[in-house]
Amino acid sequence: MTVPITIEIRTEQDIVLARQEGRNLSKQLGFGNIVQSRIATAISELARNIFQYAGAGTITIETVKEDGRVGVRIVAEDHGPGIRDIRRAMEDGFSTSGGLGAGLPGVRRMMDEFSIESSVDHGTRVVIIKWNS
Amino acid sequence: MWSSSNGTANVRKGRAGQLNRQHLQAQYKEILQAYLEGRGETQLYLAQQLGKWFLKQNVAPEEIIDMHLHTMEEMVDMPEPVRESFQLLTEVMIEYGNTYREHRSLRSRQKQLESEIEVAVTMQQTLLSEKVPSLEGVDIGLVSVPAKKMSGDYYHFVRHDADLFSVAIADITGKGIPAALCMSMIKYAMDCLYLTRLDPSEILFFLNGIVERNIDPSMFVTMLCGCYCLESHHFRYAVAGHEPGFLYRAKEETFYDLAGQGIALGVKRGAKYPEYSIGLEEGDLLILLTDGVTERKMGERFLQREELIGYLQAEVGRSAQEIADNLYRRLLELSHFELPDDHTMIVIRRA
Repeated sequence: MTVPITIEIRTEQDIVLARQEGRNLSKQLGFGNIVQSRIATAISELARNIFQYAGAGTITIETVKEDGRVGVRIVAEDHGPGIRDIRRAMEDGFSTSGGLGAGLPGVRRMMDEFSIESSVDHGTRVVIIKWNS
Repeated sequence: MWSSSNGTANVRKGRAGQLNRQHLQAQYKEILQAYLEGRGETQLYLAQQLGKWFLKQNVAPEEIIDMHLHTMEEMVDMPEPVRESFQLLTEVMIEYGNTYREHRSLRSRQKQLESEIEVAVTMQQTLLSEKVPSLEGVDIGLVSVPAKKMSGDYYHFVRHDADLFSVAIADITGKGIPAALCMSMIKYAMDCLYLTRLDPSEILFFLNGIVERNIDPSMFVTMLCGCYCLESHHFRYAVAGHEPGFLYRAKEETFYDLAGQGIALGVKRGAKYPEYSIGLEEGDLLILLTDGVTERKMGERFLQREELIGYLQAEVGRSAQEIADNLYRRLLELSHFELPDDHTMIVIRRA
């Protein structure tokens, strides 16, 4: 069991760092190559959203165990402007990152679990889990 | 606001996917091996077919790259830089994979929307499916075909009593779903207005008020509303900006425009609609239509009213339904089987 790692996201370099940490942990947990890359991509997307829209925030990466299975959980949190219309943000074709990246629906599809909490002017918290099946 | 997918279901799905994946990978390996030995077109053909199968099985592009790498690793001693380079390729391909998954989800949403539209189409058909009344002394024909799935054309027949029936034809600006929604409003309003047995000009006056209050200012409705007396064979009607129909005088063997003035519905509050009256002799025809019939592009040019009269003239001896059917077919051929606007034609003949 690893301790949760929290990475402060302020610059693009921090995004790279978060990706790296996510990839390392997934490798340790025995995820396949593609899934490792998908986890890194999902972290990348969440971190970019923080970087672009909130300015600053954190990415926390940790191992989760439940019912005999192991997974990686990523929490992306910021105190930025929040998402006004979550339903729309979760719709395909409505990419908040303006073309680059998969946006939230893409992240949701790459992961096994996805939840989002956001309130205007208070920030956004996204939690994703990928189980190693 | 929290939403969460079911993790257990995903795991199960994952295992089944893995088995399937092993099978696909084995196939891929077989083809790749054969190709590397003989470099034959057969293997390339098989690879193309396998690609289709991958798509059917929803295999993402990045997974195929992974499959290629694993297969190659099993088969040859790969130089380290070549092996490492696949990581970069995978990262790029994940974006394509995301787009591919988005496309798939949008496609399933499209299917869902289409089935919703199907339901709406059926509903609209129920709204419009009035039988053409069979009357003594008068023969009626009707053709109404939407350009898209849903029609913005409206028609209505009501028999009031033994010697009186009403007919209405309307065209809502635009087509498709917005026009169809507006059409259903017209339908409900007409159902109410007919109960009151108003004159055509009064019906248009009231309908104008309803339309004006309830539709977007950019939309309007054109309409002809008429009342046919089976005893005197007089046709009283009023027009709201509608495409003029035709009156055929059998004695003179001549077509005339069915004259009438009035502003389209929904444009001007309180507009008045004058009433016109004509008498029909034996063999005379009334032809009511929407502009989808007349505004027809034939190659580079538009259909002229005179040409339309020519086509009608050729059909004069036939039954009302045959005239309507034949005209529809004829015009469809002339416009190269394209129907850009809803097409509705009502033919009324005094027997």
